[in-house]
Amino acid sequence: MIDFLKKLFGHSGSSSTAKERLRLVLMTDHLELAPDMIDAMKRDLVDVISRYVEVDRDKIDVTFEQQDKALAMLANIPILSVNRANGQPAPSVAVAASAEPAPAAVATAPAAADAPAPIKRKRRRRKKAKSQGVAGVPETAPA
Amino acid sequence: MNARRIVVTSGKGGVGKTTTTANLGAALAKRGKRVILIDADIGLRNLDLVLGLEKRIVFDLVEVAEGRCQLRQALIKDKRFESLSILPAAQTREKDAITEEQFSAIVDRAAEQSDYVLIDCPAGIETGFRNAVAGAAEAIVVTTPEVSSIRDADRVVGKLADRGKPMRLIVNRLRSDMVRSGDMLSVDDVCEILAIELLGIVPDSDEIIDTTNRGEPVVLDETSRVRVIYDKIVRRLEGEIVPFTRFDGQGFFGRLFDAMKVG
Repeated sequence: MIDFLKKLFGHSGSSSTAKERLRLVLMTDHLELAPDMIDAMKRDLVDVISRYVEVDRDKIDVTFEQQDKALAMLANIPILSVNRANGQPAPSVAVAASAEPAPAAVATAPAAADAPAPIKRKRRRRKKAKSQGVAGVPETAPA
Repeated sequence: MNARRIVVTSGKGGVGKTTTTANLGAALAKRGKRVILIDADIGLRNLDLVLGLEKRIVFDLVEVAEGRCQLRQALIKDKRFESLSILPAAQTREKDAITEEQFSAIVDRAAEQSDYVLIDCPAGIETGFRNAVAGAAEAIVVTTPEVSSIRDADRVVGKLADRGKPMRLIVNRLRSDMVRSGDMLSVDDVCEILAIELLGIVPDSDEIIDTTNRGEPVVLDETSRVRVIYDKIVRRLEGEIVPFTRFDGQGFFGRLFDAMKVG
């Protein structure tokens, strides 16, 4: 009878867990399979941030990790100095800039939005790398 | 040379590539198509066994590649279907016994004398996979609705996309009761995750185990429910638009029906 009621009211079985786990693991798989995309994204990130501050290009570290139900991109970008002269953003910068200044130069950007975005194929990702890579990364506030 | 050259692949082993290849081949032959099935799983050949042709092997794929016999000498004609033959894999050799070029050349020759060449790809993504895919112009990806199978299928889909091969998906061994109770990924889930076009949905079935035991393709059994499914898949391959038989009717009434049946 419990079985009957469970089924009647559509209890959620393990399939939703399977789907969620797969979504995350495939996103990680695709990232690992696209090292050149990560490199391109790093380059673009640095180019944008360098408009405001001088950063240590050799010590930039971009990693991905699972945080709850989303994959997060963690970028650790050491700042060498702040260049006041270049404090104005160029109009052409294609950054969805968040207003919050990052405390250090550590930016955390959820790579997956709340809505479970369909997992894109590697190829498509590569093509979009430039625009996707920088979107949603809080920039360091100009001093 | 006009033959369709299709590789049946999955990444993961044991999801039903060989059974799918055998039954699609038989279903195509039943429609009068000239079909050659190539077992690319060198060292672990099974297509012959699934089709009940294991006692008739004289030469194999590697011997053809090495020029030790003609393709026609190695092809085994299936007596139940006039226009179906298989090229068995070598059992005592390894995957690197042939090159991509040799394999493609054999597929080309097979394509000259048939309408369809179906290649049964080995599991994995190494040499055997590369050979099998090199010879094909298109691919059928087989997966079961399980996480490991889907993850491996995703890897294969990426590799096929890199090579520019058009591909379609067969979801194999679907258990409708489990999908309805939410305990198995649905076909929609699988399609959403893999993001490739659906070619067929094959339910988990005792008939497949039974017919494989006997070495008879299930499509021979006129009363079989699964036969109808393979026939539909083949019609879709031929370009017909055939509605899918859904085995995972969701919604309140679907669940009510299922609950009454089970509970």
